[in-house]
Amino acid sequence: MTSAPPATRRPRRGDRIFRGISIGAGVVILSVLVLVAAFLVFKAIPALDPSAQIESTPDGFLAFVGPLVFGTLFSATLALIFATPLSIGIGLFISHYAPRRIASVLGYVIDLLAAIPSVVFGLWGIQVFAPFIQPVYLWLHDNLGFLPIFEGEVSGTGRTILTVGVVLAIMILPIMSALAREVFLQTPRLHEEAALALGATRWEMIQMAVLPFARSGLLSAAMLGLGRALGETMAVAMVLSPAAAVSFKLLTSENPSTIASTIALDFPEASGLDVNALIAAGLVLFAITMVVNSFARAIVTRQRIKMGEN
Amino acid sequence: MTTVLTRATTLTRGTVIALFISGMAISYFVAAISRGDGEIVPLGIFALGLVVFGMLVIPTSWVVEGRRKAINRTMTGLVFSAFGFALVPLVSLVWTVVTLGLARFDGEFFGSSMRNVVGEGGGALHAIIGTVEITLIAALISIPIGLLTSVYLVEYGRGRFSKWVTTMVDVMTGIPSIVAGLFAFALFSVFFGPGVRMGFAGAVALSVLMIPVVVRSSEEMLRLVPNELREASLALGVPKWLTILRVVIPTAIGGLVTGIMIAIARVIGETAPLLIVAGFTQSMNYNPFSERMMTLPVFVYNSYSSQGTDAQAYIDRAWAGALTLIVIVMVLNLGARIVARVFRPAGNH
Repeated sequence: MTSAPPATRRPRRGDRIFRGISIGAGVVILSVLVLVAAFLVFKAIPALDPSAQIESTPDGFLAFVGPLVFGTLFSATLALIFATPLSIGIGLFISHYAPRRIASVLGYVIDLLAAIPSVVFGLWGIQVFAPFIQPVYLWLHDNLGFLPIFEGEVSGTGRTILTVGVVLAIMILPIMSALAREVFLQTPRLHEEAALALGATRWEMIQMAVLPFARSGLLSAAMLGLGRALGETMAVAMVLSPAAAVSFKLLTSENPSTIASTIALDFPEASGLDVNALIAAGLVLFAITMVVNSFARAIVTRQRIKMGEN
Repeated sequence: MTTVLTRATTLTRGTVIALFISGMAISYFVAAISRGDGEIVPLGIFALGLVVFGMLVIPTSWVVEGRRKAINRTMTGLVFSAFGFALVPLVSLVWTVVTLGLARFDGEFFGSSMRNVVGEGGGALHAIIGTVEITLIAALISIPIGLLTSVYLVEYGRGRFSKWVTTMVDVMTGIPSIVAGLFAFALFSVFFGPGVRMGFAGAVALSVLMIPVVVRSSEEMLRLVPNELREASLALGVPKWLTILRVVIPTAIGGLVTGIMIAIARVIGETAPLLIVAGFTQSMNYNPFSERMMTLPVFVYNSYSSQGTDAQAYIDRAWAGALTLIVIVMVLNLGARIVARVFRPAGNH
């Protein structure tokens, strides 16, 4: 016991070093993010100058990025419209309808599907899905052509914004259903049993106990899905035939393009100020996804606080 | 009198099955009569049959069982069909990738590059080498940073700085992959000139995407380690850093490895950032620090987007590349599963 003081002193130095290293890792993360923002802004500034001569965007940067922002939001919204009800259905199926043994396998399969690379979805979308869905578009145009969204000449290839919306929906479906399932599984068992004991049918139980409890979780799942769809690049770049148009017509070959796909398609060939314009567009995309994601996080945090109080 | 007493208040299983069969039969007849020159698609008949079945069973249920049970049946049907409906494209995707990919899933594909290949033949060896090197470098960068950050957050993190780190990791999770690519390009073009393309820049872009995934999963795993283990170790006089290295991390090792493998699976399929900073080439390039480097996802994209004279050969190679990618991702995911299972007893018996 006489050697106690030196024995406690040495480990303290090890502690300090290890603590320093792990704090250093946190500092690295902070600085990476600052660097990302700083370098993007630095490279984007030349394109924002109104007097800059940008080859691909003679009318200035805003005229270039405006239609792309529209296309990005439009395609992601379409994807969300398709994916939200389906993912709620899948989540409910796995959490409350399927037999338990099948349910765990299905949950695993969905996790696997979330890992399929987007370039594979793109290849499938253009080779399999677009030709398959094109006759449906003809039918929609012939029978519902009086609706403004189905107006215009139907694309012969099926490479329209609607196809992109569906492919994006399929891509965000696994992650959204996984989140929905998780939220549904957290419903207090007693609430469910109380509803059933009062004689509710299964659907009434879900209406009374599960859905109100899951509402904010579903909202944040939808926001995260939206964030994914906004940033998705390859599937859009491969499937869409872009025209940088601002239109709500779903079936024509004059489609609004998205920020991410435009960057991917134009960047390999770009030079000079065009590169800066594309980087500036990337910065806009970064800002949009950040707003959407922080909104999703705010919902989750608020929910956590609310649940803590109960 | 007995008929009144035994009147069914619920639909028997037999009734439902009978309605199902008649729904399918009606669907088949409708299809057989109304078809023009088109052929009958079994899946289409099945889908139409389900709709007809719904149209039969819901009114029947409404009359026999009442409104509430009819609604319940409707919603059950909708939930099941949402699941089935979502399964169709995913099954179709896996099916087409496997069947079309097998056409060129051969020795030449894995044994040669695309150098001097026009039309048939050629392979993706250069892309596979590129993918392996770039992903390895990205993993070498991301794993230490991610792991140490999660150690900091779980073991040391108190106060404002740790909140900052958590928030920043959240923000990083949301960075679109193409923005990560632009960042790597902006960073490297400052040092290497405006036309920079190299494998290492691609690895940096992938690290930006991979670090938050590693932090997230490791943090979760480290928090699962029971506090009693830490306290027991500290009470024995073991310094904190050794407690972390010898007790906390070994206890959580299965989960940590699983999380890292899943993170690798996530970034190995990334296309957009590599398209931007690693570029594409037809030749083998072993050196990640100079010149363009092909990767598997970019190979798939490029084979499709710039088809040569013999278009089918390029499309076949694209599908074979897609199949290879999916196999790699699945192997990584399954491996992660196995690791998690093997190491499970270490945590809680």
